[in-house]
Amino acid sequence: MKTLPIQSHPDLLVGMETADDAGVFRLTPEIALIQTLDFFTPIVNDPFTFGQIAAANALSDVYAMGGRPLTAMNIVCYPSRTVPREVLQAILAGGLDKIHEAGALLLGGHSVDDTELKYGLSVTGVVHPERVLTNAGAQAGDILILTKPLGTGIIATAMKGRLATPAAAAAAAQVMTTLNRLPPECLEGRGVHAVTDITGFGLFGHALEMAMGSRVKFTIYAHKVPVLTAAREYAAMGLVPAGSLANRNYCSKSLLLASELDPVLVNIFSDAQTNGGLLLAVAPAQAALVLEQLHNAEINAATVIGEVRGTGTGQILVKS
Amino acid sequence: MSDLIDARGLSCPQPVLITLEKLKSLDQGELVVLLDTDTSKENVIRAASSLGWQVKDVAATGVEYRLILEKA
Repeated sequence: MKTLPIQSHPDLLVGMETADDAGVFRLTPEIALIQTLDFFTPIVNDPFTFGQIAAANALSDVYAMGGRPLTAMNIVCYPSRTVPREVLQAILAGGLDKIHEAGALLLGGHSVDDTELKYGLSVTGVVHPERVLTNAGAQAGDILILTKPLGTGIIATAMKGRLATPAAAAAAAQVMTTLNRLPPECLEGRGVHAVTDITGFGLFGHALEMAMGSRVKFTIYAHKVPVLTAAREYAAMGLVPAGSLANRNYCSKSLLLASELDPVLVNIFSDAQTNGGLLLAVAPAQAALVLEQLHNAEINAATVIGEVRGTGTGQILVKS
Repeated sequence: MSDLIDARGLSCPQPVLITLEKLKSLDQGELVVLLDTDTSKENVIRAASSLGWQVKDVAATGVEYRLILEKA
């Protein structure tokens, strides 16, 4: 994409130049449009759950910009000869369930015949142009809050190997189907300086993008990071997908890991997540209030995992 | 003659999954595993020790590894 002759525009607030979650275009002084899409192949066996996960994941990019989703369209790649119609119907029903939970409307969609099933959404949302949250706003002294536990990629790997317990699979599905909607009151105080969602590059990759984009350094306290219990167990058995290892290698030059840090945790922090939690950089004076607001909104896993240490080029110090 | 798994050319977690399945079926004895990345070597060692197997020997030839796992 970097080689394409992309044009700019005064009303283009967030485009392709930053590694951000969605594009933002100002329509009026009060309204900016957020556009995003995401779709992928099934990661769980149950089609309704897969639909929920894919939709929640696509909607998450709007939340990660501080916005509110308005409308969505289905993206479907469907092997009609090999996959029964009921499966597709269940996927679409799961997706619609999350669209409605988000308070958005389904407008339609498009399907193509494909050898492999894929589903996702194109989502349109809105945000006030002065309240766009990107991954580039973290400031020295900010507190880092993560809203969901890590480990869904490792549990999905164990599921593929038929080694995951039903309880572990359910815990991962619970995380992946949960919308990343932030309670509006936690954005009103303007204490939230930066947001990103944790997806394919894992906690390390997305934290690094935020730290680089904001020209700061992070300290992360490993023992404070919420992790799904089963993921820790499976990672200790070596059930680590190749993608997570690639994430770790990609980030390695920017990571300063405490020598006593458990290597299993390094795998989990590099683990590719599907619809993982939001990482928030919050002004220190408002961090306790924002955390309380998140907990009041039943985002119970929300935890302080570290802090922003001052200017830099994206280094992440990980203490045990 | 020990059992042998050739997991060269496979990316994670395949070497781990194949090794775990084999170790479970063997229950005890000796298993030789051929691998061609550092990370698959680390992960297979983790997998083996999670089932109580020991690493008897690791031989490296260039970028390839020959692990010998054993459980008495």
